[in-house]
Amino acid sequence: MLKISNLHASVEGKQILKGLNLEVKAGEIHAIMGPNGAGKSTLGNVLAGRDSYEVTEGEVLLDGVDLLDMSPEDRAREGLFLAFQYPVEIPGVSNINFLKTAVNDIREYKGLPPIEAKEFLQLVKEKQKLVEFSANLANRSLNEGFSGGEKKRNEIFQLAMLNPKLAILDETDSGLDIDALRIVANGVNQLRSQDNAFVVITHYQRLLDYIIPDFVHVLYDGRIVKTGPKELALELEEKGYDWLKEVDTLNA
Amino acid sequence: MSGLITNNMSTIVASSLFQQLTSAYQEVETTNESSLLKSLRQGAYAHFEQAGFPTVKHEDWKYTNIHHLVNKTYVLNAEVDIANLDLSKADIPGLDAHRIVLVNGQYVLAFSSLDDEVGVVVKSIQEAVEEIHFQKHFAQHADKTGSAMVALNTALYTSGIYLSVPKNKVVSKPIQIVHIATGDQEFFAQTRNLYILEANAEAEIIESFITLDNTASNLHNKVTEIVLDENAKLQHYYLQLASDTGSYINHTEVYQTKHSLYNNYNCNFPGVAFVRNDINVRLDAENVESHLYGVNLLADKQLVDNHTIVDHMKPHCESYEWYKNIPQDEATAVFNGKIFVREDAQKTNAFQQNNNMLIGDKSAVYTKPQLEIFADDVKCSHGCTMGQFDEDALFYLRARGIGEESARVLLVHAFAFDVTSRFSNDAVRAYVEDLVAKGLEE
Repeated sequence: MLKISNLHASVEGKQILKGLNLEVKAGEIHAIMGPNGAGKSTLGNVLAGRDSYEVTEGEVLLDGVDLLDMSPEDRAREGLFLAFQYPVEIPGVSNINFLKTAVNDIREYKGLPPIEAKEFLQLVKEKQKLVEFSANLANRSLNEGFSGGEKKRNEIFQLAMLNPKLAILDETDSGLDIDALRIVANGVNQLRSQDNAFVVITHYQRLLDYIIPDFVHVLYDGRIVKTGPKELALELEEKGYDWLKEVDTLNA
Repeated sequence: MSGLITNNMSTIVASSLFQQLTSAYQEVETTNESSLLKSLRQGAYAHFEQAGFPTVKHEDWKYTNIHHLVNKTYVLNAEVDIANLDLSKADIPGLDAHRIVLVNGQYVLAFSSLDDEVGVVVKSIQEAVEEIHFQKHFAQHADKTGSAMVALNTALYTSGIYLSVPKNKVVSKPIQIVHIATGDQEFFAQTRNLYILEANAEAEIIESFITLDNTASNLHNKVTEIVLDENAKLQHYYLQLASDTGSYINHTEVYQTKHSLYNNYNCNFPGVAFVRNDINVRLDAENVESHLYGVNLLADKQLVDNHTIVDHMKPHCESYEWYKNIPQDEATAVFNGKIFVREDAQKTNAFQQNNNMLIGDKSAVYTKPQLEIFADDVKCSHGCTMGQFDEDALFYLRARGIGEESARVLLVHAFAFDVTSRFSNDAVRAYVEDLVAKGLEE
């Protein structure tokens, strides 16, 4: 589904990603771990198409479609979703109105008519339950005055509404207490299917107790230096990242 | 450029509007008007003649140069063809309203549906001279400001609307006043309006300014005086939709007595070349409430200047003012908000906020919030902000599949939301939000 080859990217002239390769198949969950500054969030932002990140080399294909030349909105319409590490507060834009615009813009891209009001409300009602989101939150201004946990739950709510092929969760666990973490993970687990895939970017193994990955990758200095089964996360938790320096040198 | 002026004595060539007006005044002097009006006109003209047109040397006109507008000649009382006027540019979807039409500031056409509103008087200002309210209030409020433009209007207004709503009358639907500019002659028009709401009366007035296609350049100097008696309530909208041949200098003076409520919603959109609004509210009794809202979405080389005065003269009053400016391209927005809290006006609650979102490298905003407080037990706040598009917010929306254009519209709506959400009329609110979306696309 997703194929990243030899991806190089820089921010303000500083090279962050240095030849990253990753392949994700439908139905899989991949975890990406790594120390601060390894390029984890850069990866999410580059894939979603944030302006300030410049891709200098490489290719990213989503179901064979080259994403890198596309605008952020077209990537989303092709089925990519980035759950933000820091969701933005936008006072004055209602959550519902925002979602409706997004759903309809995506539908238009796919040549579908706008969603019926009734169908949309039904969908909202159904997906809210996934993340134990109240109607009150759904009707408020986008993320305005939301707690950290509510913001992250809103990201998963949006994910559920937009039903992407590939979702990247960028440190969705940061700032969550254990209850919120459980709710978020529950939502993700209910959304996973044979047709979609998840890339879970995280610092800590904790989230992976709830969202069980098929593969764990270690991102270090702009490259994936090690890939293993879910047990690798435990090993990292125990040993930290320092030992990877040696792995990196060996690989290089 | 010069134009011919004919008066009783001779034909002279005028090289400026000022000269034209001097001649015009000499003509008016000889007409058969009431002595009240005559003396008002005399005093006003003397004031204008001495003061002249405001220049950028006046603090209140520092950023708003009208030299290019008045340093030429116009036709003063142009012939107007009022047959088959196309009013569709003023249509507001879903709004059921009475209509009054004012053409080039000269002709007043009131539609007959207003006859159903028992006791409501609508006539041209020329025909209102005998009205008690006219005699009591005409030129008694706006002229006190000492404004040269108001004085000029008092001296030489040609037409306008007199509207009074009787005691306890709640006007059943909004009254839309359509100000049309039309014709192939460059004209200068001076309109004078007086709106009176007697005790407990309630009304909603929506004023739309439009230009018909192929209209020559035109300059307006409008003055509106509004008096709200005890417990009267007025919702008042200005929707500036004129095209780039139009320039407007509008003065609105509102005099409020106890328990009255005045809400002004001042909206300007891309098109009109130049707008200067002076909107002043005088809270001259206890328990008065006034709200001034503004949404100004500008484009090209437009200049829109909103000067407001909120004058708290008596205790226990509340005022609330919020202006949002969104200049694009090379447009300039000017905001000046003065709040006076007089010595008597204890327990005043006054709020003022001006937020600006600059879009376009060459757009400009000049803002000056001013508070002058002479009482010691009051709650007042004011502030202003300058900003641009929030790039993070834009990316967030786009990352959800929302196109860049729609995302910008959403963000500007969000920016204007503090103001548009307070509109009393849902149809007008939807209409204004639509105009904002259209104004961003162009």
